Amino acid sequence: MNPELPLFPVQASAMAGQVDALYFYLVAVSAFFSLLIALLVIVFAIKYRRRSNDEFPVGNAGSLKLELAWTIIPFFITLTFFAWGARIYFRMNRPPNDAMQVYVVGKQWMWKIQHLDGVREINELHVPVGQPVRMTMTSEDVIHSFFVPAFRMKRDVVPGRYSTAWFTATRIGDFHLFCSQYCGTKHSAMIGTVHVLSPTAFQAWLAGGAGSESLASAGSKLFTQHACNTCHRSDSLARGPNLEGLFGRPVHLQNGQTVVADEQYLRESILMPQAKLVEGFQPIMPTFQGLISEEGLLQLVAYIKSLSPAPGGEGGGAAPEPGKARIAPPVKNSSPEREAPK
Amino acid sequence: MSAAEYIEPAPAEPRENYLNAGYGVRSWLLTKDHKRIALLYLASITFFFFLGGLFALLIRLELLTPAGDLVQSETYNKLFTMHGVVMSFFFLIPSIPAVLGNFFIPMMIGAKDLAFPRLNLLSWYIYMAGAMFTLWAVVHGGVDTGWTFYTPLSTAYSNGHVVATAVGVFITGFSSILTGLNFIVTIHTMRAPGLTWFRLPLFVWSHYATSLIMVLGTPVIAVTIFMVAVERIFHLGIFDPALGGDPVLFQHLFWFYSHPAVYIMILPAMGVISEVVTTFSRKNIFGYKFVAFASIGIAVLGFLVWGHHMFVSGQSIYAGLMFSILSFLVAIPSAVKVFNWTATLYKGSFSFDTPMLYALGFIGLFTIGGFTGLFLATLGVDVHVHDTYFIIAHFHYIMVGGAIMGYLGGMHYWWPKISGKMYPEGLAKFAALVIFVGFNLTFFPQFILGYMGMPRRYHAYPPEFQVLNVMSTAGASILGLGYILPMAYFAWSMRYGRNAPANPWGSTGLEWQTTSPPPTENFEVPPIVDKDPYIYSAEEVETVG
Amino acid sequence: MADARPASPASAEHPVMLQHHFDSPAQQKDASQLGMWLFLVTEILFFGGLFTVYTIYRWSWPSGFADASRHMDWKLGTLNTAVLIFSSLSMAMAVHSAAVGRVRRIIPYLLITMLLGATFLAVKAVEYTEHIRHHLFPGPWFHYPGPHGRPAELFFSLYFAMTGLHALHMIIGLAILTVLVVQARRGRYSAAWHTPIEMSGLYWHFVDIVWIFLFPLLYLIGRHIH
Repeated sequence: MNPELPLFPVQASAMAGQVDALYFYLVAVSAFFSLLIALLVIVFAIKYRRRSNDEFPVGNAGSLKLELAWTIIPFFITLTFFAWGARIYFRMNRPPNDAMQVYVVGKQWMWKIQHLDGVREINELHVPVGQPVRMTMTSEDVIHSFFVPAFRMKRDVVPGRYSTAWFTATRIGDFHLFCSQYCGTKHSAMIGTVHVLSPTAFQAWLAGGAGSESLASAGSKLFTQHACNTCHRSDSLARGPNLEGLFGRPVHLQNGQTVVADEQYLRESILMPQAKLVEGFQPIMPTFQGLISEEGLLQLVAYIKSLSPAPGGEGGGAAPEPGKARIAPPVKNSSPEREAPK
Repeated sequence: MSAAEYIEPAPAEPRENYLNAGYGVRSWLLTKDHKRIALLYLASITFFFFLGGLFALLIRLELLTPAGDLVQSETYNKLFTMHGVVMSFFFLIPSIPAVLGNFFIPMMIGAKDLAFPRLNLLSWYIYMAGAMFTLWAVVHGGVDTGWTFYTPLSTAYSNGHVVATAVGVFITGFSSILTGLNFIVTIHTMRAPGLTWFRLPLFVWSHYATSLIMVLGTPVIAVTIFMVAVERIFHLGIFDPALGGDPVLFQHLFWFYSHPAVYIMILPAMGVISEVVTTFSRKNIFGYKFVAFASIGIAVLGFLVWGHHMFVSGQSIYAGLMFSILSFLVAIPSAVKVFNWTATLYKGSFSFDTPMLYALGFIGLFTIGGFTGLFLATLGVDVHVHDTYFIIAHFHYIMVGGAIMGYLGGMHYWWPKISGKMYPEGLAKFAALVIFVGFNLTFFPQFILGYMGMPRRYHAYPPEFQVLNVMSTAGASILGLGYILPMAYFAWSMRYGRNAPANPWGSTGLEWQTTSPPPTENFEVPPIVDKDPYIYSAEEVETVG
Repeated sequence: MADARPASPASAEHPVMLQHHFDSPAQQKDASQLGMWLFLVTEILFFGGLFTVYTIYRWSWPSGFADASRHMDWKLGTLNTAVLIFSSLSMAMAVHSAAVGRVRRIIPYLLITMLLGATFLAVKAVEYTEHIRHHLFPGPWFHYPGPHGRPAELFFSLYFAMTGLHALHMIIGLAILTVLVVQARRGRYSAAWHTPIEMSGLYWHFVDIVWIFLFPLLYLIGRHIH
């Protein structure tokens, strides 16, 4: 690929530059102190080398001042690492509200990706440049980890729960996608490519996947197919909570607690309906564990989210009306600092 | 060669010592002498070191080319799993404590033996029983979960001999617990008259801290592995996400032990370095109490940082913040130790004997390992380098550059006492240099590879990573040769080496005040201690006003 | 036990039970006690791992755990709790008898303790049989009607892991007591030296205390919810 010996990864996301800046700061501080210690040791070793076997140097009495100095100063230096690192970590964990939603399912040994309007890909992810992309990810079997070095982005994909990650690609090109959590025999083959396209090229690519129905509409079909709609309805025959406008809202539970209806809650309520029983309803819903695949669950979640038109709650993502998310906004200066919480 | 001047007139007849006290197999296998048990451990861990090294060699050979062409991916996965299991549980954790600690803690405190000699022997047998289970698993096709046994891969998906390996690790854990328990009780109850806590050699302090971790941490990994095993054997579903179990909970429990376990590996090495640095600069240690309490500080704080292995696992951001800052805190006592060793050299009488070369290597490599640990504690950077070769390089700088350098330094330092023979000094210096160069060539390129994004445990990799991987493999070959040398000349010296005097280095330690090799009861006359350790000169001066 | 080394010059002044590397019986006893307490600390951490897992899962699935716990026979659980408490009493009496020198009472008390321990295990076996008959052992045969099947399987996984490990400790305890009985018959123990009985007593009490925690957590949590 590269005729020279590459020694540093390309920067292809808004986060990459920030991580690298902190990295170089760490390298500088480490190199300074490592060389200082090495230099002192070497100088002492040579200057005070044993010249005669009868020499017995006077002992040292220690020094409280020095001890305090080299306890306290390093502590404050590490605090700068901590504060800077924590700032970046917060940004990494706070996807912006206007992010484009992508769903990812990891399984031994492939990445299955669904776009909101139904285009599916395997071991490949196409995204437009400049557009924040939020990924909701889960695993069908063991723990995987979604790692794109050029984006300095990594997130474990854990069975039984949704994990989220986001990035804004800043450079057009193809970049490595690795599974970085050891996941069995073909772990090193669970790799792929992230294709960052210009907004127009991305549109053209999306259009190429024509004929596929949107995720929400696939979810809507599943909803009917599993007869969810016989109970979850808005009229008086409803025996389960009405799902319209549910996403992102607080839900009052029978045990007096309140939870926010996020993706994780929706998933859990389909698989373990009794875990968080909604106030005023009977525990009559059967479990759908084993009946719906992880991809199907994501479609259902996308459908239920589409029933809440307004972006609900933090990280709720744009209203996934079919056809809307398809129009990738033009390159915005969506520097992540803008969305970063305090 | 400072050794020559200290030779005492050697007795014509070898006097009665622990080595010639009995020759039969029974006299070894049923011994209750801590020194003989230490040698039993030495033989066993040396075997496992070279077995683990063989796995490492095959790993490095596979990674010579980007394509997975030398072995199948399944075989490769077994290789790195067995490398990790063997090196962590069967070499590094017992290495310094069970060999050098076992041999020298009673001698350093002027005792005839550890408090529980039979328990000590039992711990070796338990270690061997665990080792047999693991070896059985290796011979019958190995195990491919990674040494971390992450669920649900280990409980439900792996086809390897997970249970046999887990049982092996579980059993070996009890040998570690018994060793730690024995050390704590010994240090509390068996000190010679006059040997107060602050007169203890720092090697003893660091082993006390190590033992605390062994006693408090190991039971947790034992019960965690027990849960994995019953989940696999009986289909109990403790970590099964389908039942509402949490696979990440396993990681919490695993790292609650396995992070402190890193300090089980490094703390004893730090103890060795404190002994070596003082002996070969003829200085008392700078800031004795700070170095001593730094060991305890590392042991205590070490229990509070396990979550830094899970910054990308989906644990709460706020948990991440806590674990990050605690991880920086645990780095401070390590830094304090490095500064104090450096200050000890100031205005000393520095001699370049082999143990001191290893100590210098330790200080340099441990410093790099420690600083790169800070990268991993830094949340924003860890997300990128987590599970890449960066972390492989980091922990090999700590465990190979730190722990094994300390172990080899200690072996050279005490070999005259253990065997009663001197090793060839010139060859030993050469080997130390070869190991230092080979080590850096092996592992430094991996920092760069890691930051470029090469994930760990990859059987095949993109071609742009090849040059650095070739460097690493070249370094590993040099390193491997370097490790064979000491074993060869130690064995050679047993038969052909010069007889060692009682105190070849002119050290003040109690263990040097008896003959080499020591008698079975360690001391002809039970010692009484009336001064601080490391007193080479009657005078003391303040370095800084 | 104490293999006095014949070659040791100090052996003449050493009491019989004093091992060669100790200076005095007091030092030997200190070492034994510290060692035993440390061992119990490791045991606490050993069970602590399981209690941690239990706590986290019960917090995640409170109603599932409560529901599953109603399948436990609280009467048998209470019986076993009483059995263990009485076994602790007789163990304490064995230690006391040794301490005050009534060595002839040691064996009867040890036998009572063992009998109670065996009773506990027998009752546990009856309970296990019942659970397995009712398909409550996790795995492919697990069958749990009602909406709480999955957390219930989690509960029973923990139930079998925790009580199984506890039962294993009971069996080890019985083995230790057997050795004590044999040694006591040989007249090894006296008021001056009965450290093994004392240390085994600590172990036995510890195993009982673990059960005192297991019993409410596994048998009673569903009782106050209808």
